Amino acid sequence: MCRFFPAIVPFSLIKPLSTIMSDINDKIIEYTAKLARVKLESAELGELYPQIKGILDFIGKLEEADTGDIEPTSHILPVNNVFRADEPAQSLPMEDALSGAPRRRGRCFCVPKVIE
Amino acid sequence: MEYEAVIGLEVHVQLNTSTKAFCSCRAEFGMEPNTNVCPVCLGLPGALPVLNRDVLSCAVKVGLALGCSIQKRTKFDRKNYFYPDLPKGYQISQFDMPAALGGEVRIDTPGGDKAIRVKRVHMEEDAGKLMHEDDGSLVDLNRAGVPLLEIVTEPDINSPEEAYAYLTKLKSIVKYLGVSDCDMEKGSLRCDANISLRPKGESRLGTKAELKNMNSFKAVKDALSCEISRQTEILKEGGSVAQETRLWDARQSMTFSMRSKEEAHDYRYFPDPDLTIFLIGDNEIELARAAIPELPQQKAERFIGEFGVSSYEAGILTAEKSDADFAEECFRVFDAADKKPVVNFLIGPLLAEANSRGCGLRGLGITPPGLIELVLLVQKNIISNLVSKSVLKEMIDGKTTAEEIVKTRNLAQISDTSALDGIITRVLAENDKSVQDFRAGKSNAVMFLVGQVMRMSCGKANPKVVKELLERRLSDA
Repeated sequence: MCRFFPAIVPFSLIKPLSTIMSDINDKIIEYTAKLARVKLESAELGELYPQIKGILDFIGKLEEADTGDIEPTSHILPVNNVFRADEPAQSLPMEDALSGAPRRRGRCFCVPKVIE
Repeated sequence: MEYEAVIGLEVHVQLNTSTKAFCSCRAEFGMEPNTNVCPVCLGLPGALPVLNRDVLSCAVKVGLALGCSIQKRTKFDRKNYFYPDLPKGYQISQFDMPAALGGEVRIDTPGGDKAIRVKRVHMEEDAGKLMHEDDGSLVDLNRAGVPLLEIVTEPDINSPEEAYAYLTKLKSIVKYLGVSDCDMEKGSLRCDANISLRPKGESRLGTKAELKNMNSFKAVKDALSCEISRQTEILKEGGSVAQETRLWDARQSMTFSMRSKEEAHDYRYFPDPDLTIFLIGDNEIELARAAIPELPQQKAERFIGEFGVSSYEAGILTAEKSDADFAEECFRVFDAADKKPVVNFLIGPLLAEANSRGCGLRGLGITPPGLIELVLLVQKNIISNLVSKSVLKEMIDGKTTAEEIVKTRNLAQISDTSALDGIITRVLAENDKSVQDFRAGKSNAVMFLVGQVMRMSCGKANPKVVKELLERRLSDA
């Protein structure tokens, strides 16, 4: 009940690459880090800026291609309709499932409290 | 200034497949925590999801039943956010290529029939369950990966009552399709609402609030009513409504803002590279269409045409498929063209008994021929309407037939004039005032006397015969 789904999704990262590239700055890097739960020191920010810009510039070459007549691709594999039948199979034993958890209580994973 | 509410609903329906959406773990409710989990739904590295074929066919069925156009190409996207109930760090959902687009649900409103447009139907996976303790939160991932359909309306709903009617109708349709049990208490149907106000006549939308944590259709209605009052007050005082998520607190009958602190919300949807695209062919659509049973709306229309029931009665009788089937069997067993006596029994005493016992009509243990036997006893004036209700109760509790009960308890109605004469003589003697009233021209007084005869005969006298006899005696003297 405390999960927060916003009513409107800011879609800031899905923009034409050229826009992102001209926009890319420390703020966007900081914002991306925050979304990814990555803690960055300010020195690291300075280091990352040219690296990320380099990556985006490289990918930006795609912008030069004329894709007007090409159907959008959602997947690189020429495969579709990969299904399985609705038939149950053995799940993991609970002990195995919990074995990698840093903390557990009884039969549950235990995490820092997430409700205010 | 008068305001109009603009409401859109997002309903999540849990599908009743045997297994989860993308792995072969059982999708069962109420198991020991973390027993229906595997590398896929735990989000362990290297595990690959594979779509359950039945999830797509359920989506197609629901889409068709809601009059949507089924999309020929549909794909899954990752909706990224961090929360402990979501082990992968993203939910597999659908963003820009949902399974179905653009349908409608028709509801009855005081102003007549109204279409609530359905914007989209998409497939996604459920998250796990969290239980909060003083010093930590416990995570059970049995539910993680269970298939859901999200059904989103356009903002076409204008009152809490319309929202209630939409949910009732949607639930009825989905249950007819047999793809979910739609039990809000078990969480197999969940509803969030977006609501804003605007001055009546204005076409632009106001700022909306999103309401969550409503655990029943009634809670949805109450939360919306409460939110309308709250927003009206703000706007009347010249303020502006904040765009935020609010939680319904049923105990206090209020909504509360969910978070004080601002957080970044950006789901960064992108196509899930683990799942390739799905092409839905005409053939599959036709197969799904053929598997759709007669839906409540069509059934109600047929009941009106075939059995002469009113639109109101048809609505009640067809809300649940098993009730509708039961009613139809009763209509077929009952020979007469006029089904009114059967309808009255079904939506009167029978439905009342079913509701008080928390079961459907069939759950009462009475067969359609058994019920018609009872209806016929009333029709043939063998027992009165009043007595028939107590016979019905005994049929349910005692599992015997109506005729048996009437015989062993000697409940047959007294229509024999000679048997009634004695009672009538006594009643006339004891109620001189009513007799005088009747003779003074108050013809209604006879009804009081009929009531006295009924009482004295323990409900067994035939009221029609009694009334005739009384009128004759009173005008004779």
